[in-house]
Amino acid sequence: MGDGLVIAGLCKNFGGIQVAQDLTLTLSQGSRTALIGPNGAGKTTFASLLTGILKPTSGKIVLNGHDIGSLNEAARVKAGVAKTFQITNLFRDLTVRENLRLPILEREGRTHHTFRRADGWPDIEAEIFRLLQDLDIQSLADRPVGGLAYGQQRLVELALTLAVKPKVLILDEPAAGVPSTESHLIVEAIKRLPPDLSVLIIEHDMQLVFEVADRIIVLVNGAILMEGTPAEVVANTQVRELYLGAGHV
Amino acid sequence: MTMPVLSPPKPSRVHAVLGVLMPSVCVLIGAILAFLMFPYDLSFLTRIVIMMILVVSFDLILGQAGIATLGHAAMYGCGAYMAGLLALNVTQDPLLGLLAAALAGGLVAWLSGLVLLRTHGVALLMISIAVTMVLQEVASQARWLTGGADGLAGITIGPLLGLFEFDFIGQVAFIYSVCVLAVILVFCQILIRSPFGLALRGIDGSASRMRAIGTPVYRRKVTVYVIAGAIAGIAGALAAQVTGLVGIEVFNFSLSADVMVMLILGGAGRLYGALIGTLLFMVVHHVAASIDPFNWLFVIGLMLLLVVFVLPKGLVSLPGRVTRLWRRA
Repeated sequence: MGDGLVIAGLCKNFGGIQVAQDLTLTLSQGSRTALIGPNGAGKTTFASLLTGILKPTSGKIVLNGHDIGSLNEAARVKAGVAKTFQITNLFRDLTVRENLRLPILEREGRTHHTFRRADGWPDIEAEIFRLLQDLDIQSLADRPVGGLAYGQQRLVELALTLAVKPKVLILDEPAAGVPSTESHLIVEAIKRLPPDLSVLIIEHDMQLVFEVADRIIVLVNGAILMEGTPAEVVANTQVRELYLGAGHV
Repeated sequence: MTMPVLSPPKPSRVHAVLGVLMPSVCVLIGAILAFLMFPYDLSFLTRIVIMMILVVSFDLILGQAGIATLGHAAMYGCGAYMAGLLALNVTQDPLLGLLAAALAGGLVAWLSGLVLLRTHGVALLMISIAVTMVLQEVASQARWLTGGADGLAGITIGPLLGLFEFDFIGQVAFIYSVCVLAVILVFCQILIRSPFGLALRGIDGSASRMRAIGTPVYRRKVTVYVIAGAIAGIAGALAAQVTGLVGIEVFNFSLSADVMVMLILGGAGRLYGALIGTLLFMVVHHVAASIDPFNWLFVIGLMLLLVVFVLPKGLVSLPGRVTRLWRRA
């Protein structure tokens, strides 16, 4: 038993190709961990293994003492592991408010209701408003998501994932595609995340990683090369050679 | 900048009820006018109403949940056979016939949906066609039950509510069908405004995102498929009850294809689209086939091309489109 997400000996093979090799790590409650590595290192595969999109070949995934490795994607979300998408994946024809209503209705087990209006629960409407306020996007509430700027869509993506009240949040390249003028919105939003939430950030933008992460895991060829504090990672010669480049001192 | 609001301005209770009832009210007004203007075409008008029920049921799966199939005739046909068999062997009560047909349609949708909703795209289309073909073959071979290629004939239906005998002109049949359509429209309006309806729109928008927020997408799809199947079964039952016949052509592929064409013409995802598309298709079919019985499909094809290229969201989007053009001008 223990707090947080414990991953032990996680492996994934596609035929003869091993894309995740004996991954063992712990995301303790409230931690801010970044997962970095070159393209093709297996970062998104790892996220897919954690969220149930892919089934591991072997290994265990334990959340707060419960083995969640055999659960499907939807059940794993209900257990407390949720992720944002690398490429924004929202309900573009719905308004921001309707987007947020969906995960809350689902979390509260109310989507099977067929004879009550979807907007008929004041507690859910109030929670939507709080979420919008937390991310400072309340002015966008009644706009269709498809018409928002990309940075705003990324914030809605984050709000949508927070709406399921996860215990572990996986942010798959949260700043990908966001113009540099809007990326500070993402950083601020991540900094404002609930302190008891375990966050795993998969990101190439090292400036963002150093701003928000207290631990960094370096993944290369599906295996963990090293794990440590940002200072330890920057100081590692192998990591600098393989990924960061000589500019990081 | 828009002012932040806790919740959008909600419609008053009266507006909300009117919103739910509006399609049914439109149908009832249209039906009264049609009844008065075409008193000798009630048989054709009843066919239109029955087809509207079938297309509305298809709108639940294609328009709301984005599930494209070409096998909707499977549930319609099973409903028709169930109502026919029930009237011939058990009871001639029309409402019990509808209930039994709804159960039959729902059961077939559940059994077939468990398999076909695990697939997507072309595979889904092919399996849905295959299910209908299998059912047609079963209906053709099981002569002892279904009458085989001859179908079920001589179906007699008892008076509606024990009061209204089905008459030769078809007045009771028309009113009966319109009332069933009105009730189904109210049910569908409530359904699509509910959390379940919102979840269906979410699945249509992005099934992967729905899974990522914890929705059992497959289960929701099967549920809506069963609901749509039950309504399609009711449409089949109505057809059997008002014509007194059920033939194996109820499972014809062309019926499933026509249903899809009607919905695309009118506009998927809006109940009005299903109603408008059916009305247009049936009327154009009727008129064009009476002018040229061999080439009427040309007119339908041309119409479909025009709609797909000019109004991809169907005829129901025409007023909005015209308004936008008017404002721009």
